Amino acid sequence: MEAHNRWFILFTFVVGLLLSVMPLPLDWQWFRPAFSALLVIFWTTRMPQDLGVGVAWVVGLVEDIITGATLGAHALSLAVLAYFSLLTYQRTRAFNPGQQLMWVFVLVGINQLLDNWVHSLSGKSVPGLVFLWPALTTALLWPLVTPWLQQVAGRLQVR
Amino acid sequence: MLGLAAVALIVISLYTDWLQPVRERVASLAAPFYWLTGAPSRVGDWAGEQLRTREELLEENSRLQHQVLLLEQQTQLLAAVKAENTQLKELMNSAESVDQKVLVAQVIGVSPDPLEHVLIIDKGRDDGVRQGTAIMDAAGLLGQVIEAGSSSSRVLLITDANHALPVQVLRNSVRAVAEGTGDLYRLKLRHLANTSDIREGDLLLSSGLGGRFPAGYPVGEVISVERDPGRAFADVDVQPRGMMNRSRFVLAVIVQD
Repeated sequence: MEAHNRWFILFTFVVGLLLSVMPLPLDWQWFRPAFSALLVIFWTTRMPQDLGVGVAWVVGLVEDIITGATLGAHALSLAVLAYFSLLTYQRTRAFNPGQQLMWVFVLVGINQLLDNWVHSLSGKSVPGLVFLWPALTTALLWPLVTPWLQQVAGRLQVR
Repeated sequence: MLGLAAVALIVISLYTDWLQPVRERVASLAAPFYWLTGAPSRVGDWAGEQLRTREELLEENSRLQHQVLLLEQQTQLLAAVKAENTQLKELMNSAESVDQKVLVAQVIGVSPDPLEHVLIIDKGRDDGVRQGTAIMDAAGLLGQVIEAGSSSSRVLLITDANHALPVQVLRNSVRAVAEGTGDLYRLKLRHLANTSDIREGDLLLSSGLGGRFPAGYPVGEVISVERDPGRAFADVDVQPRGMMNRSRFVLAVIVQD
């Protein structure tokens, strides 16, 4: 299939990265959704033949550079996320919205787990399970964002 | 494969500093993102400036003039003190103090990671900022540059849990190490003996030991001292002087060799 309007994918990732460095009040920082993880799940589910682990890896590396995280941290977590998402994209598509929401929670939870692992390697201790909050907020964001993304991607005939 | 590559990257960047030059090279990629996300608040500031009334401006103007007068008077005194100081230093044959240049930088972003206290400022290597350059605001020391890009840098605040700096009590020159706690309003003094002469209200200055920070800049004020006879060290809490999360403009102290 011929590539068509691929710039939209890039555009969504750039917006996602912008949102991931957007200044937030200190108390809300823990609840910042994992925007790039959400986009990786969305695009790998929509275009599993074209977008793979490699793209997610590169997005993760760019995120590491921009957020100043340990180089490779997001690259690893997003690549693993993309792998799981590609394994299960047929099921994800068939799920009803409630099931999708829970599945996104699990996927982003894995993503956060890996991020947190790198965090603890670099000597920053995390109190309890707070690192899972982004998984919850991302899951709650999923039903709000994806219909809109589907619609725009459909209208632009992104292939 | 990619997973392995990522793990290798993580290990290399955590345990070695081989990737530091690469980081500094690509840091300029990050600056536009922070600049863009800061745009709404800048527009707000700009609107606030534009929509001020004449009365407010006049009032501010007179207040500032008043302040300038006061500061000028203090500078006059300072010149005399400085001259005297050099003279005394010459008498004592002590080393000359280093030349310092101060550069105003704007904070363009904060790190999205809630576990680290890092600011992004809009000055970098092109302006003379280096890794280790001390950053302060009008009230006191804020932190140091940990990554200098070409036109932006990342600043680790002294309140970050991974940061520690040598300090000295102004009153009696007792030396200590002030450690960040991960709390924006609190530092802790490490390994200060129970019998040390330190009390609430003492002002701490950077001591210049360790060679990172220039000596003599205010760091914070002691807010509580707890002495438990059962333990070897006193529990000393310090409130930093610098406005960790409020400064919009900061000063980079560039030491010239």
